[in-house]
Amino acid sequence: MSSKSPMSPKTQERLLYLISPIGLIALWQLLLMAGIGDRRFVPAPSDIAWRYWDMLTNGELETNTLATLWRVLAGFFLGSIPAIAVGLLMAMFRPIRIFFDPLIASLFPIPKIALMPLLLLVFGFGDASKIALVVIAVFFPVVINTYAGAANIERIYWDVAKNYGASQSVIFRRIVLFGALPMIFAGLRIALAVSFIVLVAAEFVSTKVGIGYMIWNSWELMQVDVMFVGIVTVGLLGLIATAILQEIERKVIPWKAE
Amino acid sequence: MPVQRRGAAIDIAGLRREYPGTRGSVVAIDHVDLRIAPGEFLCIVGPSGCGKSTLLRILAGLDRQTAGTITVDAAGWVVENAMVFQESGLFPWMSVEANVRFGLDTRGVPRAEANARVEAALKLVGLTRFRNHFPHQLSGGMRQRSAIARAFVTDPGMLLMDEPFAALDAQNRVILQGELVRLWEQTGKTVIYVTHSIEEALLMGDRTVIMTAHPGRIKQVIDVPFPHPRDLLQLSASPEFGKLKLDIWRVLEEEVNRARAEMEK
Repeated sequence: MSSKSPMSPKTQERLLYLISPIGLIALWQLLLMAGIGDRRFVPAPSDIAWRYWDMLTNGELETNTLATLWRVLAGFFLGSIPAIAVGLLMAMFRPIRIFFDPLIASLFPIPKIALMPLLLLVFGFGDASKIALVVIAVFFPVVINTYAGAANIERIYWDVAKNYGASQSVIFRRIVLFGALPMIFAGLRIALAVSFIVLVAAEFVSTKVGIGYMIWNSWELMQVDVMFVGIVTVGLLGLIATAILQEIERKVIPWKAE
Repeated sequence: MPVQRRGAAIDIAGLRREYPGTRGSVVAIDHVDLRIAPGEFLCIVGPSGCGKSTLLRILAGLDRQTAGTITVDAAGWVVENAMVFQESGLFPWMSVEANVRFGLDTRGVPRAEANARVEAALKLVGLTRFRNHFPHQLSGGMRQRSAIARAFVTDPGMLLMDEPFAALDAQNRVILQGELVRLWEQTGKTVIYVTHSIEEALLMGDRTVIMTAHPGRIKQVIDVPFPHPRDLLQLSASPEFGKLKLDIWRVLEEEVNRARAEMEK
């Protein structure tokens, strides 16, 4: 493009950024409208949009979204708070590290969804089993990132703390926690995505409400448009939750060079 | 007006620090004997690897000697020592004010008293306006000023300084040297100042200890004959200062050549 173009390079980049998804959706719509493909199996974007509006107004989407959201948030907090504590303690105290290391190394690689039958056995079909699964899935990325963040705090900060008479509890609250915060947030972002992934999968089989249930149930009823509504909803929830987390990160870590 | 000297006295005898390693141990310092009077401004100079930082870290309680004794008489001082680190060591997640207050928080100084002392320390180093800034928002010189304030505010019996101005540009270094000497002249605390610059050592201190490397030993102790209070700029331009510097360089040159000859053998 010539320099006479009225668009700034930034605006151009933004447009370019939107071209691929919008273009894909447009192509999809056009192909189906042209009669290529079977709309019963592959609904057009407009069909999905109509269904979305339909489900939004009749409350069906709201009920399922709230159920999923509640499980994700409860599991996310119940899993990440102890993970942060354990990660920090591992960095501070060698015996704690030695105790937890083999547990993490052996449990982390297990696909968390494989624990669902076990959790159903223990917690039953209610929310508790799904929340427990999210707790377990969230725990590992957060504990590993927290530990890495706290263990890599530069030595000079430990030296300063020690030389200036800081007790273990002051070192914990004012040095290790803050020094690890950037890595803790990196862990939380991974954990947030992981919690949606495992929860939707768990909801396929073990519940009668939630986005995962909605997707699975629509498969059994051959309502492909509803299936897509569920998928889009999960994507939007993840997008919004990540944006909120990033905003919190900016507030909590003001010293991170802008 | 002469400096009112009041600070900790230190007696170091036969100090040795060995670091065990896979290929035999490394002796960082050996046979270090040193008496430091209350309120003395002592500079320690030496090439890298001479163990000057090790000596400082042992004094700061961050390392332990393998052999030898250190006797510190800090009677009447609540805080025995405070260290100013090379790269400031300010906590990046705390504001300037919170950093300066840190050594008071850890020791449970009452709030009102802490406020007053932090206020005074910030004023002393001219950072009152920057109290709410984070370290990354400050220049290198301002960061070191904050680190100095953080040490002074605890009112320690001795100040330990590990090449605090090494990372600064030349102009800021000259300014901060002057400010530090002025602060010392006002407070008369014991200062142990480690540097690799002989000029800096002679300019600021009462005595200069010259160390050699591998293992770190005391080569020479020089009584710097210039009285305090000093005007550092004027002093650095005087012929007496130039002559002292030259004499010491001669000694060191000899030492460097001898060491090189030994290595080539």
